[in-house]
Amino acid sequence: MDPAGSLRSRGLAAFEGLERVFDAAFGSALNPLRHLGALGFLCFWLLAVSGIYLYAALDTSVGGAWRSVDELSREQRYLGGLLRSVHRYAADAFVIVTLAHLVRELLLGRYAGFRRFSWLTGVPLPLFVFACGIGGFWLNWDQLGQFSALATAEFLDWLPFFASPLTRNFLDAASVSDRLFSLFVFVHLGVPLLLLFGLWFHIQRIARADVFPPRALAIGTLGALLAVALAAPVMSQAPADLSIMPGPLALDWFLLFAHPLAYATSPGLVWALFCATLLFLLALPFLPRPAPPAVAKVDPDNCNGCRRCFEDCPYAAITMGPHPNGKAGRQLARVDADLCASCGICVGSCPSSTPFRSGARLLTGIDMPQLPIDALRRRLEEGLAALRGERRIVVIGCDHCAPVDRLAGGDVTTLSLICTGMLPPSFVEYALRGGASGVLVTGCEEGACAYRLGTRWTKERLDGAREPHLRASVPRERLATAWLPAGDDRALAAALDEFRRGHG
Amino acid sequence: MAEPAAPRPTTAAAWIGQGALYMLFALFIGVFSTWPAYRHLPADQALIKLSFTHNGKRVSECRQLSPAELAKLPPNMRAPMQCPRERVPVVVELDIDGVQSVRHSASPSGLSKDGASAVYRRLPVAAGQHRITVRLKDSPGPAAFDYSRDESVTLKPAQVLVIDFDAEKGGITLR
Ligand code: HEM
Ligand code: SF4
Ligand code: SF4
Repeated sequence: MDPAGSLRSRGLAAFEGLERVFDAAFGSALNPLRHLGALGFLCFWLLAVSGIYLYAALDTSVGGAWRSVDELSREQRYLGGLLRSVHRYAADAFVIVTLAHLVRELLLGRYAGFRRFSWLTGVPLPLFVFACGIGGFWLNWDQLGQFSALATAEFLDWLPFFASPLTRNFLDAASVSDRLFSLFVFVHLGVPLLLLFGLWFHIQRIARADVFPPRALAIGTLGALLAVALAAPVMSQAPADLSIMPGPLALDWFLLFAHPLAYATSPGLVWALFCATLLFLLALPFLPRPAPPAVAKVDPDNCNGCRRCFEDCPYAAITMGPHPNGKAGRQLARVDADLCASCGICVGSCPSSTPFRSGARLLTGIDMPQLPIDALRRRLEEGLAALRGERRIVVIGCDHCAPVDRLAGGDVTTLSLICTGMLPPSFVEYALRGGASGVLVTGCEEGACAYRLGTRWTKERLDGAREPHLRASVPRERLATAWLPAGDDRALAAALDEFRRGHG
Repeated sequence: MAEPAAPRPTTAAAWIGQGALYMLFALFIGVFSTWPAYRHLPADQALIKLSFTHNGKRVSECRQLSPAELAKLPPNMRAPMQCPRERVPVVVELDIDGVQSVRHSASPSGLSKDGASAVYRRLPVAAGQHRITVRLKDSPGPAAFDYSRDESVTLKPAQVLVIDFDAEKGGITLR
């Protein structure tokens, strides 16, 4: 394997190890590592709410800024002071979750193909996060803000763009004008608005994006931030004094690490690192890669325009348009090949995907050319026909989760789908009526579905809470589900054993 | 419908684990948002900043064109005076205690080299007394420096001494 690939797979193994630790404590549905994007949004809103209060209290003049913020911490410890601390720590958390989200998507290889848009719109976001965060330190104009403003000016001056060096704005107290200070405020309010716009853009191609963490996780995260805010309230350092270079500074390493790095090496090196990283991330989606799998294909003769696939597609790849048969009001699903993840979830949502339909060849409204519904029905029939004994179990699973095909043999036949979400619930009934004594449906744990929504939709369809649903007359004791960690053969085997014990 | 496998985090151990991970997160943020402290300048040092933006003189004076030269130009460009826009680079030298620390020729900015020349240098020095000599040349030709200043200063630790140029204040300033 190529060195970069093996580095990535080792990184991925390490990350998955970490994910399992979090799974053990939080359960997969609440695992913060599976909600990093949503946690980013949470940080954004915390920053916005606490920031509005701070802005109302801020004296936006060079002379008054320090005092106004310092008073907040001293005189309103449990309101303004607390909000100030939350504001700072939420900014730190924002950096942590954003970078972790980036690393996770990178390790999972989620930057190319139909995800290119999400990736490319994600790459600039950390820049906005840092720009807002670093600018925030300047506003209370203490010695840390002074150091950061000057270091930023020296860093930017390295570029040959400014006729008059930015650093001249910080030569002495007289050079820092209220006008410059208004610019700081403008940046600190304007960049977050850009960030918000960028975030909205980032999730455009994601249907039902997870933009707010599950309540328990949101409360836990807020609790952790409040705990730091109470235990270590943020206090101003001494007021800025441009006639001195500040002594030891309590530095926020999450947001300000680039300043010491530039002084320890050189601004040129930090610029080079920055540009190389940016270029690398932007180039990733354009690297050559194996041909993508076939995308979903609509069959107008079998599509009645019910919109279920449109509702269920996790990547908003389906749109509805007029049906070519010309009947008034009749609609037809259409797939945008650039957006389609080839997950097959739409096949599971189509009411035409029922194996009880007659016809030598089973056709449906929307199908996957690489694994058509007709082949699935035939495989199921052949598998069942090959089973002899009293107990005949059908295990249905997905290619991304624990591999079910290795279980085939003895009393078991298997059916592996692209995603468990591809399963039309009527297949369960069809299997039971066709001689199976039990059906075990397996898939990824909640929050861990490779295509985001497959597990959720399957659960809801089998529970009768989502169309197409499993008919109420199907004996539920002959059906079981198991939501498993990806690649976990042992958990899969255990689930099957337990299912067998329950089915004599 | 039975739902085996996939352990749910209901055990005490899982709750404790969850608490521990939240605490770790809080601790991680709390610690690295202030620690380790960063000291930019060693305790016994001061900082000299040499910074100015200053227009060098034009590379040459305006010149009256002769009628013959004017005749050669297209009619719409026949201005009798020709004034070059380009400026000379500004040369600056800084000696600290008699040792040359900076000698820099700052090119004029702008595409036609008609803008100001800018310099920014930061020089950490030991706190205490120093003899500072600054020379600056902004005129064309091989002549000597146009401005110079020689002064003895005493710098406290962490103090910043700014060397600037301000024509209205008589040239090179120290503050
Ligand atoms: C401020 C920072 C960011 C926030 C708040 C954020 C938020 C989100 C959210 C909410 C989702 C939807 C997740 C879901 O519903 O499954 C998402 C998806 C995604 N993000 Fe971000 N993101 C940020 C930055 C980034 C960065 C820096 C990258 C990478 C360069 C990135 C790459 C992606 C990708 C590839 C997806 C698609 C995942 C998939 O298809 O399953 N994001 N992001
Ligand atoms: S295969 Fe998946 S991504 Fe493509 S249209 Fe169907 S549901 Fe949407
Ligand atoms: S679910 Fe099937 S019938 Fe309904 S719109 Fe989609 S393709 Fe057509």
